[in-house]
Amino acid sequence: MSITLYLPKDAASLALGADRVAKALGRAAAARGLDVTLVRTGSRGLLWLEPLLEVATPAGRIAYGPVRPGDIESLLDAGLAEGGAHRLRIGRPEEHPYLARQQRLTFGRCGIVDPASVEDYRAHGGYRGLEAALAAGPAGIVEAVKSSGLRGRGGAGFPTGIKWNTVMLAAADQKYVVCNADEGDSGTFADRMLMEGDPLTLIEGMTIAAVAVGATRGYIYCRSEYPHAFAALNTAIAAAERAGTLGADVMGSGRAFHLEARLGAGAYICGEETSLLESLEGKRGIVRAKPPIPALKGLFGQPTLVNNVLSFAAVPWILEHGGPAYAAYGMGRSLGTLPIQLAGNVRRGGLIETAFGLTLREVIEEIGGGTASGRPVRAVQVGGPLGAYFPESLFDTPLDYEAFAAKKGLLGHGGIVVFDDTVDLARQARFAFEFCAAESCGKCTPCRIGAVRGLETIDKVIAGESPRENLALVTDLCEVMTDGSLCAMGGLTPVPVMSALTHFPEDFSGRGARLPLAAE
Amino acid sequence: MPGRDLGQASACEPWDAERAAGIIAGHARREGATLPILHALQETFGYVDAEAVPLIAEALNLSRAEIHGCLTFYHDFRSEPAGRHIVKLCRAEACQAVGADALHAEVLARYDVAWHGTSRDGQVTVEPVFCLGLCACGPAALVDGEPVGRLDLDTLADALTERAA
Ligand SMILES: Cc1cc2nc3c(=O)[nH]c(=O)nc-3n(C[C@H](O)[C@H](O)[C@H](O)COP(=O)(O)O)c2cc1C
Ligand code: SF4
Ligand code: FES
Repeated sequence: MSITLYLPKDAASLALGADRVAKALGRAAAARGLDVTLVRTGSRGLLWLEPLLEVATPAGRIAYGPVRPGDIESLLDAGLAEGGAHRLRIGRPEEHPYLARQQRLTFGRCGIVDPASVEDYRAHGGYRGLEAALAAGPAGIVEAVKSSGLRGRGGAGFPTGIKWNTVMLAAADQKYVVCNADEGDSGTFADRMLMEGDPLTLIEGMTIAAVAVGATRGYIYCRSEYPHAFAALNTAIAAAERAGTLGADVMGSGRAFHLEARLGAGAYICGEETSLLESLEGKRGIVRAKPPIPALKGLFGQPTLVNNVLSFAAVPWILEHGGPAYAAYGMGRSLGTLPIQLAGNVRRGGLIETAFGLTLREVIEEIGGGTASGRPVRAVQVGGPLGAYFPESLFDTPLDYEAFAAKKGLLGHGGIVVFDDTVDLARQARFAFEFCAAESCGKCTPCRIGAVRGLETIDKVIAGESPRENLALVTDLCEVMTDGSLCAMGGLTPVPVMSALTHFPEDFSGRGARLPLAAE
Repeated sequence: MPGRDLGQASACEPWDAERAAGIIAGHARREGATLPILHALQETFGYVDAEAVPLIAEALNLSRAEIHGCLTFYHDFRSEPAGRHIVKLCRAEACQAVGADALHAEVLARYDVAWHGTSRDGQVTVEPVFCLGLCACGPAALVDGEPVGRLDLDTLADALTERAA
């Protein structure tokens, strides 16, 4: 009898032992003379259940997890092939409460398809967006993206359609489409999951963008901390070229689009779009002053469309179903779906794609199940290292760009990091400065010097040295950084610092150095 | 083999200027070739030798200062060979939330190294990184390029043994 099994090779799943499970399966199948086909997929995003093993049955896929190598024999004994009962049995993944309440538009195929197979991609609805785009033409594509209300998912939330329009209207012999896959924010991993689990959706989105703006070349700038995503991209690009959906003649349209994945080299600031372009040009990743905007003068001085992975990956769905269908999700001016990444000290961490508008409390308590340590949640940082620390009293804030801004926070790339009551917010504020000092590009003084001064001053506060005066100095430094920095690295570092100070003042009261500062 | 910079010194060749020039020539015609060249050199030799700087500058028709500036800007590039295994430990917030700081102090003590340092037996180089995208299963690490989640001293030792096998 032949059995088809699915097991993720998503980096998080590998980190929890997926390859050891695959080996154990191979051995057990050989010993029992079973004919097993193992498809390595991305992850469905229920990360506390990884490695999640699924089996194809006439009633659909049945999942088991978290599976350890030692569970394989008992799983086979329990009738894994037929989806038999076992203590690890989850049932149909789609019916799991975690997934059932999601709206998966961008991540609809992730964890389901073989990320390296164009055939499988097509079988699951792939390339319908590109077909629609080729029929609609540049102006039609830009109109669809505009009417979707899509805003850049990389952090700033700039309307994607307007950016595409600018590049489309720019006159030049050579234009570029660049994907920002630098995903440096702590607590974010949606870009990585999509690149590993369904890279063809990103590639299709970039191809649609290229058709829209008239670009023939594109780059995906992938951070080097993601070696598996980089490998998955290269595999998928080669597959798409072989299938003729990428390359000299995209789907027989006569249009060319050549795409290359490039590896970063461990610099957070290269996520800032102008630093990223400098880096792609082979230089130090130092921020460029704007204007000119990259849409008019970007890579090698040419008009360049720069978007985040998730912005591009939302586009195939939008072209297939129409802009208004996408805009029907969400709230206010935050339309469509947001891939939320729930991480840190949380019981059920993972990827949750839903329409904007869930509250932070719903995500942390109902979906996440509270802390992994079982202790009370004390603080939550949303939006990466430049995002605010929120106390419990702000947990009813809905996930919406404007609602977060109103509370002096930012939604950023949708990363939510949960801390229990053992967290020390003075140390978190200290880390914000330390991180900025380590990762600043060095171009402007408020950021380059301010971060170092901030770090020194917070250390004095932690040591109990004139805390009141030193905190006044920190506040002052933060104002200078906010007002005087060239980019958001220096400009937003005050956000985590000041939110910690505002919402958790008791941690800064100068009770003397409690813990050794391990990191130096 | 997933990705690059698996960084196992055992798999690296000794520095050889002629071999380096060949690698550089292979990439020189790419747009913005500096980073791909530096990655390729580090992948081959385990680090980027100072002798590579003038070679790259000449091939790309750039100044030595430009290449040196690029080489020193990025955290990834090493100017000296690393240990046999490279352990990258995530120091970012989501891992902090599950005790990464205390664990790192233990790891550094256990292998008797400082950040970026190599253990005296040459087995392990420990480097800090900010986020590996494994934030829901921290503390997280990359051991010779392979991800490890829910890290503690035992899982780290196991991962190193597995890599050595
Ligand atoms: C310090 C800094 C880091 C950033 N990091 C990223 C990143 O990792 N990924 C990303 O897509 N955008 C990042 N951005 C935002 C980019 O500059 C840019 O706005 C974005 O890539 C545009 O794409 P979008 O419109 O699709 O969001 C960063 C910005 C700053 C100031
Ligand atoms: S704020 Fe910091 S990172 Fe941004 S340009 Fe200035 S020095 Fe560079
Ligand atoms: S914060 Fe450690 S892996 Fe993301």
